[in-house]
Amino acid sequence: MEKYKMHILICGGTGCRASASEAIQNNLQEAIKAKGLDDEVQVVMTGCFGFCEKGPIVKILPDNTFYVEVKPEDAEELIEEHIVKGRKVMRLLYVDPENKEVISDSKHMGFYKKQIRIALRNCGFINPENLDEYIARDGYAALGKCLAEMTPQTVIDEIKESGLRGRGGGGFPTGLKWEFAAKNIADQKYVVCNADEGDPGAFMDRSILEGDPHSVLEAMAICAYTMGADKGLIYIRAEYPLAITRLKVAIKQAREYGLLGNDILGSGFNFDVEMRYGAGAFVCGEETALIHSMEGLRGEPTVKPPFPAESGYNGKPTNVNNVETFANIPVIINKGASWFNKIGSEKSKGTKVFALAGKINNVGLIEVPMGTTLREVIYEIGGGIKDGKKFKAVQTGGPSGGCLTEKHLDTPIDFDNLLAVGSMMGSGGMIVMDEDDCMVSMAKFYLEFTVEESCGKCTPCRVGNKRLHEILDKITLGNGTKEDLDLLRNLSNVIKDTSLCGLGQTSPNPVLSTLDNFYDEYLAHIVDHRCPAGQCKALMQYVIDPELCVGCTLCARNCPVDCISGERKEAHLIDTSKCIKCGACMEKCKFNAISIQ
Amino acid sequence: MAKVKSLADLKRMKDALQSKMDLREKSNDPEGLVQIKVAMATCGIASGAKEVMEFLIEETAKRGIRTVVTQTGCMGYCYAEPTIEVHLPGKEPIVFGDVNIKKADEIIEKYIKNGELVDGIIPVNYKTLD
Repeated sequence: MEKYKMHILICGGTGCRASASEAIQNNLQEAIKAKGLDDEVQVVMTGCFGFCEKGPIVKILPDNTFYVEVKPEDAEELIEEHIVKGRKVMRLLYVDPENKEVISDSKHMGFYKKQIRIALRNCGFINPENLDEYIARDGYAALGKCLAEMTPQTVIDEIKESGLRGRGGGGFPTGLKWEFAAKNIADQKYVVCNADEGDPGAFMDRSILEGDPHSVLEAMAICAYTMGADKGLIYIRAEYPLAITRLKVAIKQAREYGLLGNDILGSGFNFDVEMRYGAGAFVCGEETALIHSMEGLRGEPTVKPPFPAESGYNGKPTNVNNVETFANIPVIINKGASWFNKIGSEKSKGTKVFALAGKINNVGLIEVPMGTTLREVIYEIGGGIKDGKKFKAVQTGGPSGGCLTEKHLDTPIDFDNLLAVGSMMGSGGMIVMDEDDCMVSMAKFYLEFTVEESCGKCTPCRVGNKRLHEILDKITLGNGTKEDLDLLRNLSNVIKDTSLCGLGQTSPNPVLSTLDNFYDEYLAHIVDHRCPAGQCKALMQYVIDPELCVGCTLCARNCPVDCISGERKEAHLIDTSKCIKCGACMEKCKFNAISIQ
Repeated sequence: MAKVKSLADLKRMKDALQSKMDLREKSNDPEGLVQIKVAMATCGIASGAKEVMEFLIEETAKRGIRTVVTQTGCMGYCYAEPTIEVHLPGKEPIVFGDVNIKKADEIIEKYIKNGELVDGIIPVNYKTLD
């Protein structure tokens, strides 16, 4: 009988798996076998630890040693040194980028210090493909408590009291949503989990499903109990293969244990879950479009009311919640609403998971109490801006959100505060930009996304966003006029006011917020034909400084379009009308004679 | 796998499964626990550190003391192996030398349970970096 004295946890999230965490697991297991320690050391593949910047992560317990950027060939050394000899492998420990201190226990890392993990409680802790480990951590106890000790209405009251609001972006009170669905009488009702995570840069839902799929299944069952549904559907994008696999395993195990199916825990309550796959359209994250897509129709939104709670999937009352919202439910039931509503800010309770991306040192997944400031998130947890550059803006809420600047850094993050400063929570993507990022190009990038993703039902969104994109393109090419700026603003407001669903209502946000916060940068493009960040290619010119040029001809020989002329040992000249601005000349020049103007 | 038929069933299952996860739960919060490090270099192992470590793991569990027992490398007191370092919450770590099973038992009963010092303390002449 095995008696494990040590556990080795390996991150099995999509990111770390892409960096060969499976091979690390195999090598570790082989090395352990070779030492004859298979009965003493357990190797577990878990969900995401969140510290994706330094993946793959390997954590050794009980001494809580946190190894970063581990490679499959390091496995033997880890076993030989750490496990057998009890010595930490220094070169694989995390080094604090600021004070260069080596930190072995993750709890002392700035990245983890301020985090409170509720939705991510099991990610990076349990093996997501092992139901036993979930049960050992109070798994399905909340469902059991609801079925045995609570009526549907008391469960709803508890969720209402907790103050939990939808984590998919809208921030609608979850308890209220459940109550609406419960009040509608019908022969058949549905619980739907919205796993159609579409914001560029957001990956919290995927990580929860990959790291702790049972928490979502359990919460769906609880929701079904409150509203009298016996069927659950998970709408997930087909481009999340690992999340789909882990969900399938979880559903199968839950059925085997009788935690899904008929007469769950002897209560007479029946509930089962099926999966529905989406093709990855952004608009299908909107609940009515999602429901149409599940019905086999085109993923287009429809007017609310009727709300899904009244007439949703197949015309039956349906409750749709996002993955992260569901992941909070079992904890609220187990620990009580009064525990949960002590965390967070006045109107936004609990925590929020954010996906940090862009020009930030610690790219990864974090969970912080609502009301944490942007400064804490970016500088303390995120470790500040990459390469010591200057912070310029952070885009929250993805393509539907807005950018926030230096002056917003001390704003406590919650649903209402972000709306008040012209952005939104969205699903929790945070893309950090530094001084080298051009805000006009950034707005253009998001518009490109919404133009692509607009379903085309409403004219303002279908045509309007395309026009917005064209104007932005014109400005980045240096052909913009001041009138364009007024047009951008007017058109944006029209699109917001006249679109049916959240996509069109929010798609001009990146334009409006950059106009508000970076008006000068727009002007620089238009009036001075200059891109302050040096990102808009059309506005750049490569110039050779005749003083510095020695006439080595290296640049001319490397120019792909032969636009550099000049004799040997004489200063060269770039023909700017032919130059394609590839930068090859500047890269090759050994005398720093070529610069961008 | 047998079906979980009732809430009582689920609770029983949880209790049975919890011990398997105990090590992970404890390492989540080591500050609040008794931490014992057993020197497990060649000299330590040769003088019986492995048996002592197993004894400590089993007995602290049996006697209901929440403990994390880890192994560490040579502490340098080769003349007094096996050596263990006991770190009670909120106190300075103390190193005991020549710890056999009998001594380990005494350490659990007297020092860990009641904070009473027992013979065999080696003055600490090192500092551990976190």
